[in-house]
Amino acid sequence: MDLKLQKIIPQLITVLVVVLVFGFFTYNAQINMENRGIDFGYGFLSQESSFDVQFSLIEYDGSHSYFRAYLVGLLNTILVSVIGIIFATILGVIVGVARLSPNYLINQFAAFYVEFFRNIPLLLQIFFWYFAALRALPLPQDADAMLGVFFLTIKGLYVPAFIWENLNVFLYSIIAAIIAIVVIRIHARKVQETQGKQLPVFWISVGLIFILPLLSFLIGGVSLSFEIPKLKQLATTSFIYEGGLSLPPELIALTLSLALYTATFIAECVRAGIQGVGKGQKEAAASIGLNPNQVLKLVVMPQALRIIIPPTTNQYLNLTKNSSLAAAIAYPDLVLVFAGTALMQTGKAIEIVSITMLTYLSLSISISILMNWYNKKIAIKEK
Amino acid sequence: MSKINFLKPDKDNLTTFLYMGLFLFVISVIDVFFNSFFSLNITGFLPSSLSFIIPIILGFIGLHFIRIEHSGYKFLDRVNKNINTNNFNAILSLLIIFIIIKATPPILSWFVIDASFAGDSKDVCSGGGACWTYIKVWFRRFMYGMYPNAEQWRINLSFVALTLLGSVGYFATEKFKKYLTLYYVVIYPFIAFLFIFFFISGGPVFFDFSYGIIAAVISIIVGFFIPSKFKFYYFIFVPITIYILLKYFVFYEELIELGKLDGLNWVETGAWGGLSLTFIISFFCLIFCFPIGMAFALGRRSDFPLIRYISIGFIEFWRGVPLITVLFMSAVMFPMFLPADFFIDKLVRCIIAISLFEAAYVAEVIRGGLQALPRGQYEAAKSLGMGYWRMHIFVILPQALKLVIPGIANTFLALVKDTPLIFVVGLLEIVGMLNLAKTNPKWLGFAMEGYVFAAIIFWIICYAMSKYSYNLEQKYKTER
Repeated sequence: MDLKLQKIIPQLITVLVVVLVFGFFTYNAQINMENRGIDFGYGFLSQESSFDVQFSLIEYDGSHSYFRAYLVGLLNTILVSVIGIIFATILGVIVGVARLSPNYLINQFAAFYVEFFRNIPLLLQIFFWYFAALRALPLPQDADAMLGVFFLTIKGLYVPAFIWENLNVFLYSIIAAIIAIVVIRIHARKVQETQGKQLPVFWISVGLIFILPLLSFLIGGVSLSFEIPKLKQLATTSFIYEGGLSLPPELIALTLSLALYTATFIAECVRAGIQGVGKGQKEAAASIGLNPNQVLKLVVMPQALRIIIPPTTNQYLNLTKNSSLAAAIAYPDLVLVFAGTALMQTGKAIEIVSITMLTYLSLSISISILMNWYNKKIAIKEK
Repeated sequence: MSKINFLKPDKDNLTTFLYMGLFLFVISVIDVFFNSFFSLNITGFLPSSLSFIIPIILGFIGLHFIRIEHSGYKFLDRVNKNINTNNFNAILSLLIIFIIIKATPPILSWFVIDASFAGDSKDVCSGGGACWTYIKVWFRRFMYGMYPNAEQWRINLSFVALTLLGSVGYFATEKFKKYLTLYYVVIYPFIAFLFIFFFISGGPVFFDFSYGIIAAVISIIVGFFIPSKFKFYYFIFVPITIYILLKYFVFYEELIELGKLDGLNWVETGAWGGLSLTFIISFFCLIFCFPIGMAFALGRRSDFPLIRYISIGFIEFWRGVPLITVLFMSAVMFPMFLPADFFIDKLVRCIIAISLFEAAYVAEVIRGGLQALPRGQYEAAKSLGMGYWRMHIFVILPQALKLVIPGIANTFLALVKDTPLIFVVGLLEIVGMLNLAKTNPKWLGFAMEGYVFAAIIFWIICYAMSKYSYNLEQKYKTER
């Protein structure tokens, strides 16, 4: 009985304190909102937003609802995060491998890169790229074309747009190629397990992924043309590029700094992962007659990935959360569009901030659930 | 002399290969060097595309010739082993060498040679280099924000005093070493708090500051005569008691009226800024987030399910949201949760927000350390009859914290790097001041210099911190 009480009392006290604090907050919030004449509710989401957003992936203007504005912000956040994650991963893996290079110059260069970009606040880097580096770019009328079709100007990067015909046939061909590759892989594994023969799976896969889409061009009636941006004069001194795709400088500055900054952390994860695989593992693999490629593919990488993936997923999460710094350079992400402009207009502080936080929270929690599941799947099963 | 095979350099023709290889390599380096330092193109007589890649080709052949194993020259062997193991490595090494040579002149000229240092107006900055005059003119703003010039000695004095007080640990004799933890955990934060919130802020509360200092000094002096058995409790309760007594029983208004005492001018927290604000915020968040984080780490591993779930909820909530939304919350949402007449300064709100945010990360780091300890440690402590707190304070935490020094250092580094985000609530530390200064119509166009300046400062702080944590890690590493 005594022991039970000893267990229950501290818990009761903690819960009581938490409940009291929350009760105090809600009580105050109610009184404050009554005093200021604000009512609580999420009904405003369907009202007309009447503000414009500079850059959006879906169709949006002032006549759409606040919920649509929220979606615009969310999609922009996801866009920056995805592009940033792709570049950060590529750069991070290269730098991480370079840090382990036997070449003194290369590993020092990589170490310098990591130490340099890791120790400068991300916000400062974003400001640097946006306000200092990208402002030094030429005006649209003075820009030189890169490879004849890209234009990097102070107003952003202009790239040719793809104009597809029969795009669906092309996509089907890619899906068919992927299915074929999976089937061949399963077959190859079966062949190896039953007959001990190895099929050249890699080359077959590469061939398939190129040949099937190529066939769709030749037979399926798919055609691709480019719309190259053209200079257009608006006024005597004001020029703009028309046609093609334009990436605003905010997006460029943001992805560049996010990728450069996060790559340093990913590089460290990769390095730790590869170093974490014991030397004995490689030697043992070599001694049973595997060639270097097989050693890497079958022995080192599966073990290294087990160490690399959890912290790297964490870095992806960090990158996604850091993309909220976009608000500082007016890139219309979730924080700027929703927690900034929409909050100013509606004054619904509690609702909007809570929605924004919940969005990020569900994003992080879903990724971390996925990560835990994956972690469990690849963990060493001890007997 | 044996037959020479140019594709396979060997030891028999060592000198020939060495001379040829070095000759080609040196020529390639000299070509790039002249090209970048004196803009003189030696290979200008060739077509431009060929002249561009000729150094790489020459250098590559040169490095190929000197790639001879076990040559007998120690230096050559070391070069081969480090930068010249195979063709691929050789090309990468060459590229890096050329990039360094190429990049040196523009960087050097921007930073030093073409830069302007003198004068105090924009006119001197006409060259192509950096305008350090801009930094010089705005230096005080970058360091102290909008803090009045005449009062800045207060910030300097506080920082100097706090640094001196903080370095006491290095000079303490053996006799006092055992009180150091107490000093750093209780007295030092207390004095620092007084200095920063009363001395730098000033106003009538300056007297609070003097009471605090008096209380600290009295309690330390009297502390020598207290038997060591009670010292711990003495130092926890007595300074604060003396402080409260002084505050409520000395009437400073009357002293002011008598003209005997004059307080310091009041400087509101909105005027604080620059690098000093970065330090203040980092310092306080660092002090606060550590105990909070430790409490939640213990809570997450508690045997009581309710406490455990509350801790998990707390940690996962703060780790799941970006800091910028937390600061938004502290700015627009938090005041709604407080009674209408209750006002909290925005700097304090900021510090609370950042501390809670970082505390969640600290908690996860410490939890990692707690999990890494073998069960035997817990069982051994319990078998000695230790209770929960005794076990954690004397056995578990000292070992767990030792294990997680790198993780905690990384969290603190992240904290320092996160301070610029306070621009969200309108506080301008150094990066915020830079953004303000670059929009000044008299000083347009020097954004680059400002950001480079701040980057150098932050880099030095963060790099020093990470090196220090590495030293600490080495110092406390115990064989396990």
